[in-house]
Amino acid sequence: MIKKYLIWMATIITIGILVAILGYMLVNGLKFVVEDEDGIINFLFQAPKKAGKEGGISTIIANTIFMIVLTLIFCVPIGLGASIYISEYAGQRRSVTAIKFSIDTLAGIPSIIFGLFGFIFFSNYLKLGVGLLSGSLTLSIMVLPTIIKTSVEAINAVPISYREGSLALGATKWDTVKRVVLPSALPGILAGVVLAIGRIIGETAALTFTMGTDYRLADSLSSSARVLSTHLYLLTKEGISFERAFATANVLIIIILIINMASNRLIKRRTIVDE
Amino acid sequence: MLGREKKEHQSYIEIVLFICALLCVAAVVIITIFVLVSALPLFKEVRLSDFLFSTHWLPTSRKDPGFGILSFIIGSLYVTFGALVIAVPLGIATAIFLAEMSTPKMAEVLGSAVQLLAGIPSVIYGFFGVMVIAPKVRQLFGGSGYSVMSASIVLAIMILPTIISISEVAISAVPKGYKEASLSLGASKWQTIFKVILPAARPGILASIGLGIGRAVGETTAVLMVGGNAPIMPKGLTSMVRTLTMNIATDMGYASGLHRTALFATGGVLFVFIMLLNIFVQVIQKKVKKDI
Repeated sequence: MIKKYLIWMATIITIGILVAILGYMLVNGLKFVVEDEDGIINFLFQAPKKAGKEGGISTIIANTIFMIVLTLIFCVPIGLGASIYISEYAGQRRSVTAIKFSIDTLAGIPSIIFGLFGFIFFSNYLKLGVGLLSGSLTLSIMVLPTIIKTSVEAINAVPISYREGSLALGATKWDTVKRVVLPSALPGILAGVVLAIGRIIGETAALTFTMGTDYRLADSLSSSARVLSTHLYLLTKEGISFERAFATANVLIIIILIINMASNRLIKRRTIVDE
Repeated sequence: MLGREKKEHQSYIEIVLFICALLCVAAVVIITIFVLVSALPLFKEVRLSDFLFSTHWLPTSRKDPGFGILSFIIGSLYVTFGALVIAVPLGIATAIFLAEMSTPKMAEVLGSAVQLLAGIPSVIYGFFGVMVIAPKVRQLFGGSGYSVMSASIVLAIMILPTIISISEVAISAVPKGYKEASLSLGASKWQTIFKVILPAARPGILASIGLGIGRAVGETTAVLMVGGNAPIMPKGLTSMVRTLTMNIATDMGYASGLHRTALFATGGVLFVFIMLLNIFVQVIQKKVKKDI
């Protein structure tokens, strides 16, 4: 029976770790997000001053949004195109093995290698410099596997009868994909995009030398931009302000919680549609 | 019937979609080439054996420059091993609980907790490490707290979700017949779990550990925050440590010339290690699929 208790204990420890981290963060930082020295939710709407020692994180939130939009512009069309090819067009062709192998490989490459590659390739070789564009291009390669894997799964889950029905009515293959398969796979595809946003927001290592760390509002594609995760990293690493680090961590955690709920909802909706 | 124009339109679409898929292959090829080629110039001036097997790292020194990364290779292996010691038993036990002992409702709650744990950004784990784990380690074991031990604990938490979710899938995929046969022969539930189910799920569990190693070796931000980052050979659990990833991240901002090339080469070493690990994991996973 000892084994049973050990297994129970391990499970409780796992859950305990999660509760401890979330609890610790929320207890120590949520209050500051809600109300800092200058007023209620001022932290979210004021620009940072003195490298983040004073002020809020408004420009950093804006930069984060720019980065997300830019990254999605690059990776969603390519990811979706690749997913449609893999699940609808490729069949048993040999190229699929190479494509799937590449996707698994990309998924396993650590973010620092993407950062290194982005720095060598986008910033220096293509002379895009260190800024929003280089950083977003780097991230878009990094999150491709997330988007492709979830989209392929969602597209494969669409019943074959849907496709057969559409083809039997005289629709072309592409029309079938566009009007029948993609609409019913949409919740699953969106879940993949939402998960990708989660990875984009959490990334630090791939960004420090591709996107830079300027905490002012980015005003062009080539301007250096600090995002939430790099801000939290620098605030802690350089001991600038632990109060504001806690608050920034809370903003990140709340976004991650929302993303988690959203993707779960979307995935659940897919299963209901299937039934 | 398709008109000729329509047919042409169809094949254009297929070509565009194929190019999208091909870009994934191109990305892997370009990353491999650029990371490895940028590292090459280092070996015109530094011997490969001096790079891999020397602990002499003084890249900015004029008099006696050194480009040996052995301390960082050992550092990476050290913290990864530490993380595995904690995360493998904990993760497999939790996976057994999820697959064999929990009710569907419990499994759902636990599953979403594990998923959430996987979704928390590494910078948050690093921050938690700085605020909670490193001070606790300092208080209990001495030293600065920024150490091999703190880095291992933080990494263990980060690779737990990988080990749990993939092991759980492997354990659940063991055919019901195995379990029933064992139980009907009079084996107890625990004998069945440890003597029948776990051995049958072993390839999948190994794959989960392989992926966990990949995550631990490749993690940068979190270990950079709690590891101390002194470029020395780690001497014990409370000693500061610098890993391969930390070495790249620390100096990249200002390095130039041969120093920068040495960082690219550090990336090359990490890249080759991760590629070999990936191939190992994919071979195992293919075997799992075939067996089931």
